[in-house]
Amino acid sequence: MGIPVSPLTVTEDLKKEKKSKQPKKRKKQGSRLKYFFTKCREQKELLWMSIPFLIWLFIFKYLPLGGWVMAFQDFKPARGFFDSDWVGFDQFRFLFQDQRFLEVMRNTLAMSLINLVLGFLTAITLAVLLNELRQIRFKRIVQTISYMPHFLSWVVVAGLVSSALAMEDGIINVILMNLGIIEQPIMFLGIGEYFWGIIGASDVWKSVGWNSIIYLAAITMIDQEQYEAAEIDGASRLQRIFYITLPGIRSVVVILMIMNIGYILESGFEAQYLLMNPLNMDYAENLDIFVLRYGISMANFSLATAAGMFKTVVSFIFLFAANKVAQKLGEARLF
Amino acid sequence: MGLINRLTGKRRSVDDLIFDSINIVLMLVLVVIMLYPMLNTLAISLNASTDTIRGGIRLLPREFTWYNYQHVFNEAQILRAGLTSILRTLIGTVLGVFASAMVAYTISRPHFFLKKFITITFVMTMYMNAGLIPTYLLHRELGLIGSFWVYILPTLIGVFNVIVIRSFIEGLPETLFESAKMDGAGEFTQFFRIALPLSLPVIATVSLFVAVGQWNQWFDVFIYNSSIPELSTLQYELMKVLSNSNAAFNSGAGAESAFAASQSGVVETVTPQSIRAAMTVVVSVPIIMVYPFLQKYFVKGLTIGGVKG
Repeated sequence: MGIPVSPLTVTEDLKKEKKSKQPKKRKKQGSRLKYFFTKCREQKELLWMSIPFLIWLFIFKYLPLGGWVMAFQDFKPARGFFDSDWVGFDQFRFLFQDQRFLEVMRNTLAMSLINLVLGFLTAITLAVLLNELRQIRFKRIVQTISYMPHFLSWVVVAGLVSSALAMEDGIINVILMNLGIIEQPIMFLGIGEYFWGIIGASDVWKSVGWNSIIYLAAITMIDQEQYEAAEIDGASRLQRIFYITLPGIRSVVVILMIMNIGYILESGFEAQYLLMNPLNMDYAENLDIFVLRYGISMANFSLATAAGMFKTVVSFIFLFAANKVAQKLGEARLF
Repeated sequence: MGLINRLTGKRRSVDDLIFDSINIVLMLVLVVIMLYPMLNTLAISLNASTDTIRGGIRLLPREFTWYNYQHVFNEAQILRAGLTSILRTLIGTVLGVFASAMVAYTISRPHFFLKKFITITFVMTMYMNAGLIPTYLLHRELGLIGSFWVYILPTLIGVFNVIVIRSFIEGLPETLFESAKMDGAGEFTQFFRIALPLSLPVIATVSLFVAVGQWNQWFDVFIYNSSIPELSTLQYELMKVLSNSNAAFNSGAGAESAFAASQSGVVETVTPQSIRAAMTVVVSVPIIMVYPFLQKYFVKGLTIGGVKG
């Protein structure tokens, strides 16, 4: 569920892989096998080191993919994978005709996009503002405090959010009442229309500090001479931010965007699940909760698997599409 | 303006001064928003619960008491859950970091012929998720349901952590490994004697990530072991308190029933709200105490190699 903060290392890695392709091509096809066994013997220690973990990877990450056959079956646990009836794309057809599933998709996309846009804007803003602080100690303290919520569990954060939004004595209602903006306390978590915003705000609260780390690091890599030259030319602080700092971190932003677009259907699970209640459920239920409800609570394994599979396939399509677009635009890309 | 002047330091133009002042005010607002919810919870956890119901507790307790904590620590189930939380954090971190480091070492070796294959098969899994149900069925087949090991084995290696460690090891001077090889050291010796000790900063970072992940996890308890009290964890217990008090709050019964208890002659009582606050502090304080000391490392660990790309 977690979105990796610094996926850039992956890029580098894949670039390297491309380079290392060349020498291998020179080898003849026939000698491949021989080459393989020679290497196995030569590097048997490295082989022993990696085999247990490759087995682990296969069992826990690749084997479950075989479970996707359930999406094309009317899977009955008692009959197993081999004796369950095959139904082709019926599960998917059912999903896309199901009104509830379409609502769930709407919620998933809405929350995911809100989180994505809010997350990027706030983290970049925070990084830029932190970078402009002149007092190093003050900057350090602000940074340390801003990382804190990242280390709290969603269970804790959901508790904090629901007390802050409580009708009686919740700080948000107290502030709004004292400012005279509202007359009656609002039951924030009881109104479905507010739910997406609440999730977005909670997500920002939890991760803005953490997500700013990578941008701040990118900003420190910008050539300092540019700032000095701009200062001599009389550029104001805001001009320096818009003409030097932001363009300077563009490639990092693009790569992180591509990475995150691959997670477009990954709107989070814990926050929604923990803050969900019967009153806001129509706006809170996302794909993950749908899968949980159908799969575990109603034991409709096939439908839940189809929904889960749909999510992974769509993520892949989006990832490749975003990568392609970035490539066309001449931006940095993931692979 | 005195504070602003002190914070911004030297003389500068009016525009600069305005910019700096606004920036500092924004940062102070941020600090308040980040800290207030936790400080408020701390105050409520230290306040007598019958008094908390009256509302208005902000940053300081009004009727100071340790009773909420006593109540939490006197409950056998919470102590047992605490033990499970500690065990899964310790075992999960040691095994997980060791495994990740070993994988990272193998794919950091420039000459290793499976380097590319292993890297790609691991990285692919970042985007290829079989989903909840196939994973659940697999764990059932493996007999992991109802077992402690379902907390450890499925999440043993984090791909992201492997990449972070690998980048660090690749940054170490290769001559170290070459000269060890000349002296007849095998790969295991090189791993244990060179790669591991020299990677301590990144190992510390990854340990923090894994430990926090283990400590904060509740979903696997909920899915696999919710009917086994022995295998419950603190986060899961807190989650149950949270959803109970939410349910009570929604029906408006929580405050009243607790109030009734306090009226009926019980000397000291606790409400779900106070229990929740005390438990929130108990589960959060260990991490809040540790992470600032590792800040230098995790900031470096996160950005390692990242900016170069």
